[in-house]
Amino acid sequence: MSTRILYIATNTFREAVRDRVLYNLIAFALLLSGAAILVGQISIDIEKLVVINLGLTAVALFGIVIAIFIGIGLVSKEIDRRTLYTVLSRPVHRWEFIIGKFFGLAGTLVVNAFFMAIGVFAALLYVAHKFQAPDGWILVALYFVILQFLIICSLALLFSSFSSPLLSAVFAFSLFVIGSFSEDLRGFAALVKGPVGWLVKGVAYLVPNFSTLNVISSVAHAQPVSGRLIAYNSAYALLYSAVALCGAILIFQRRNLK
Amino acid sequence: MTEMRRVMITASVVLVACLAASIAVLQKLDQIRTGATLEDVLYLSSPSAVKRMSLGYDGLMADIYWTRAVQYFGSRHAARASQYRQLAPLLTITTALDPHLVVAYEFGANFLSPEAPDGAGMPEAAVKLVEFGIQNNPDNWRLYYNLGFIYYMDMKDYARAADAFERGSKVPNAHPFLKILAAQMAQHAGETQMARALWTTTYQTTQDKQIRGNAILHLRALQVTDDVTTLEEVVAQYRQVTGQLPKSLADLVAARMLRSIPLDPTGRPYKITSEGRVEVAVPDDIPFIEKGAPPGYTPPPPKDLEKLGS
Repeated sequence: MSTRILYIATNTFREAVRDRVLYNLIAFALLLSGAAILVGQISIDIEKLVVINLGLTAVALFGIVIAIFIGIGLVSKEIDRRTLYTVLSRPVHRWEFIIGKFFGLAGTLVVNAFFMAIGVFAALLYVAHKFQAPDGWILVALYFVILQFLIICSLALLFSSFSSPLLSAVFAFSLFVIGSFSEDLRGFAALVKGPVGWLVKGVAYLVPNFSTLNVISSVAHAQPVSGRLIAYNSAYALLYSAVALCGAILIFQRRNLK
Repeated sequence: MTEMRRVMITASVVLVACLAASIAVLQKLDQIRTGATLEDVLYLSSPSAVKRMSLGYDGLMADIYWTRAVQYFGSRHAARASQYRQLAPLLTITTALDPHLVVAYEFGANFLSPEAPDGAGMPEAAVKLVEFGIQNNPDNWRLYYNLGFIYYMDMKDYARAADAFERGSKVPNAHPFLKILAAQMAQHAGETQMARALWTTTYQTTQDKQIRGNAILHLRALQVTDDVTTLEEVVAQYRQVTGQLPKSLADLVAARMLRSIPLDPTGRPYKITSEGRVEVAVPDDIPFIEKGAPPGYTPPPPKDLEKLGS
């Protein structure tokens, strides 16, 4: 079972690399090195802040765009190319296919984030000339970004399991935007009373909470991240991804592929 | 059981369990991240920067920032906080994004001006906010009224209060009471009388249940101030005549100094302490009282104003 998932994951990773997904690293490197050199000349005392904010935001946004645009095609592309039939004609379960695709995409994004993280720390070293202890919190922010990737990957797969690539991209991106404001949404829900309030509260708890996974601003200001937040965020991201993956499995399991 | 059925049931069970667990975890996260959103948004404290970053959708951003300001004030107020450091920046950003959001000036000034824990105790910031509102909405008489209110109630600057009411009275369609308020202010009317006039105007000129409820509570407190002042004068008179303090208000009725035992705004009779002070029976039911509460009395958190004002 695990071997089959591993094969599918590895092939998904290889396919992403063949699709030149990792080329985005060049754009990222240019962006960050440009910012590191320029900001020192046009501003005062915020070089480090800009490099951390810009670097981590770029890691997150590049990854999310990749997750959405690869994730939405993971199932539909296999159907269009008819390669899915070849895979499923072998002793591979449909749920294994979904899980394998998820790990393959997540792996691609983790590798991508790893190289970008090296870029962020290199730019940081360039502007600050040395690392300080609070810079370690950047790793936590990067870890949270990876947790965001897991949620987005699972959502993209969920939408990909029943919708067209274009609509899947719209759904996934909309959920990302809504999820980034989910704390506000729950704040609004707390102000509304009665059945509407319960409805808004329900929606607010159903959409993914990306705001809790975004500590970029506080990390840029060298503020520590509590161990409890790390633990709860990890649990939340894993649970939410599991929910979306189960949804994808349920839909894909019943889908008529003829 | 077929393979497909087994997978479907397992996936359904895992989905429901994980969803329930994720909601539980999210609630925990909300607890440990109280106020985190506000701290995050205020890292970007420049109103012009926020305006530029809103990409033209500044109306929506203003609504979001206004809601954040309300949530911030509401949560701190309920906790009887003594400091509201993020309130002024939030209101500044809100009104910079949408200078015509009059509600932000009106409520915002009422959040900023009163002394803690009823407000942020920042009347200067409230004046600045309302003046910015007047600058952008010069035909809105309520903003002049709010300005005069702050000058009178929280800054005790009667000349500026009179000036604000006077300016407001000249705005087209201004409430006629503004002229009376300006005149009363110019005549240096008694403080309680003036306060009563202001709160009565507030009550009469708004449809908002929270504001009406707040006005009712202040008017009740002013009634208690008047009653206690009068009753303590009668107690002093009784002491002068009999050489001793009355044991209860019934003694004053028996001595024909009162027609009947007076009741406070909640319908309960006033009482006399052994030191001759007049107090209300349950001060917790009459917020904002300045007289008639035991020495060292600490008021409870505010009650549901909306219910009271409806």
